[in-house]
Amino acid sequence: MAYSEQVIDHYENPRNVGKMDEADAQVGTGMVGAPACGDVMRLQIKVSDEGVIEDAKFKTYGCGSAIASSSLVTEWMKGMTLDEAGDIRNAKISEELALPPVKIHCSVLAEDAIKAAIDDYKSKQ
Amino acid sequence: MKLPLYLDYSATTPVDPRVAKLMCDCLTQEGNFGNPASRSHLYGWQAEEAVETARRQVADLINADPREIVWTSGATESDNLAIKGVAHFYHKKGKHIITSKIEHKAVLDTCRQLEREGFEVTYLDPDSDGLISPAMVQDAMREDTILVSLMHVNNEIGVVTDIAAIGEITRAAKVLFHVDAAQSAGKIAIDTEAMKVDLMSFSAHKVYGPKGIGALYVRRKPRVRLEAQMHGGGHERGMRSGTLATHQIVGMGAAFAIAKEEMDSEHTRLMSLRQRLWDGVKDMEEVYLNGSHEQRVSGNANISFNFVEGESLLMSLRELAVSSGSACTSASLEPSYVLRALGMSDELAHSSIRFSMGRFTTEAEVDQAIEQVRKAVTKLRELSPLWDMYKDGVDLNSVQWAAH
Repeated sequence: MAYSEQVIDHYENPRNVGKMDEADAQVGTGMVGAPACGDVMRLQIKVSDEGVIEDAKFKTYGCGSAIASSSLVTEWMKGMTLDEAGDIRNAKISEELALPPVKIHCSVLAEDAIKAAIDDYKSKQ
Repeated sequence: MKLPLYLDYSATTPVDPRVAKLMCDCLTQEGNFGNPASRSHLYGWQAEEAVETARRQVADLINADPREIVWTSGATESDNLAIKGVAHFYHKKGKHIITSKIEHKAVLDTCRQLEREGFEVTYLDPDSDGLISPAMVQDAMREDTILVSLMHVNNEIGVVTDIAAIGEITRAAKVLFHVDAAQSAGKIAIDTEAMKVDLMSFSAHKVYGPKGIGALYVRRKPRVRLEAQMHGGGHERGMRSGTLATHQIVGMGAAFAIAKEEMDSEHTRLMSLRQRLWDGVKDMEEVYLNGSHEQRVSGNANISFNFVEGESLLMSLRELAVSSGSACTSASLEPSYVLRALGMSDELAHSSIRFSMGRFTTEAEVDQAIEQVRKAVTKLRELSPLWDMYKDGVDLNSVQWAAH
């Protein structure tokens, strides 16, 4: 299948790949998906005392679109408040990456990962 | 080196140039264009002669009588004709059919259709090596079993079924035995007499012949009867009507004749190429060769790279034409049903790539493939949270995943 230029760009040069200390109270971790389904995303955010996302990291097991979706949202989230990040919708992700219908679930997963990371951070406060 | 490197010979093969030349001679006005069924003039007679030569060439590869070869459009049609043809002809004798879970869709979907018509089908589970044993077939036999249908070589994992041993069982029980040999013809020796098969499906395009042509072997002694699926002019002894495609048939015949000549030397060469590929990647951690290592056709290596998803791996391997056991592209998200039937975990099935080598594959191409695979797997593992967890000693089975 043909991938969009945006997907290929994120896949070839993924942004913000990495791992933060899960135990750190400033860090929220969201892990969504399942190996059996062919995709697992781990998204982590580091939040300042003012409630602004200072840093975001991801690792993703999945197809190119899943990798691109998570890479893209880490870029977007940096500098956002938690509320702003919580408002990121999958439609915006799939639009930005020009995902075909069979790949929409990748953007849904990325949205779920953001929510899970925010929830995890909030539960630690 | 032509890019992408073609390592998908199990999907299809290029037509051998020697075959293409002969096919071209059967198309234009100057060539052998007649209708093989025309009995009243030279054009027809010449075409008929070419078709009969090809029939003999196909029969020779499998130790059959040319009169046992029925031309079809390919192995899918052969499978349909064999299974439905037997079921519909012998339904009064019984309505039970035995097959396996790792058959090609042409067999599985045909069996599903027969189930809708009131037949009962047993789908055998292979062992973890992907093999169906004679004992499994024996145990599934019933009074009302009329047909056993199994593939000779599996298209995804390349494992070889012990056809001769199963043929002994079916013949003794007077049950018909159909074998899909699309992936084995021209790769391993086939002897319809010694193997005691009753029906066998073939395709030309897996053997360096053209697409759109195949054959069904239908045993004469003891005689196998079929109900035709395609009705018309009564071609092919009434089993498959339709004007014969001379150029396609000539191509299949020539391809099978070449296969007979070159099979042994090609087998040796492909075995060493496959070993070279496997040796080139096996030292990486968590890499598995799927299916039996011993009972396996020479050109196939189906390999799982754990913690890396197959489709993204393919994306990194844009310079290789290979196929994936992952089905992330399909709406179902289900990985290969063949790999799952081996009892393999979903994530390992999602992480598999099928490399299939053939007549025109070179050592340099295999080396190139190894280099690219190592690079891609390393890169994607650095991106993979599962790899992290594995490295941290987390048992992935103990994690509560949110399936979606």
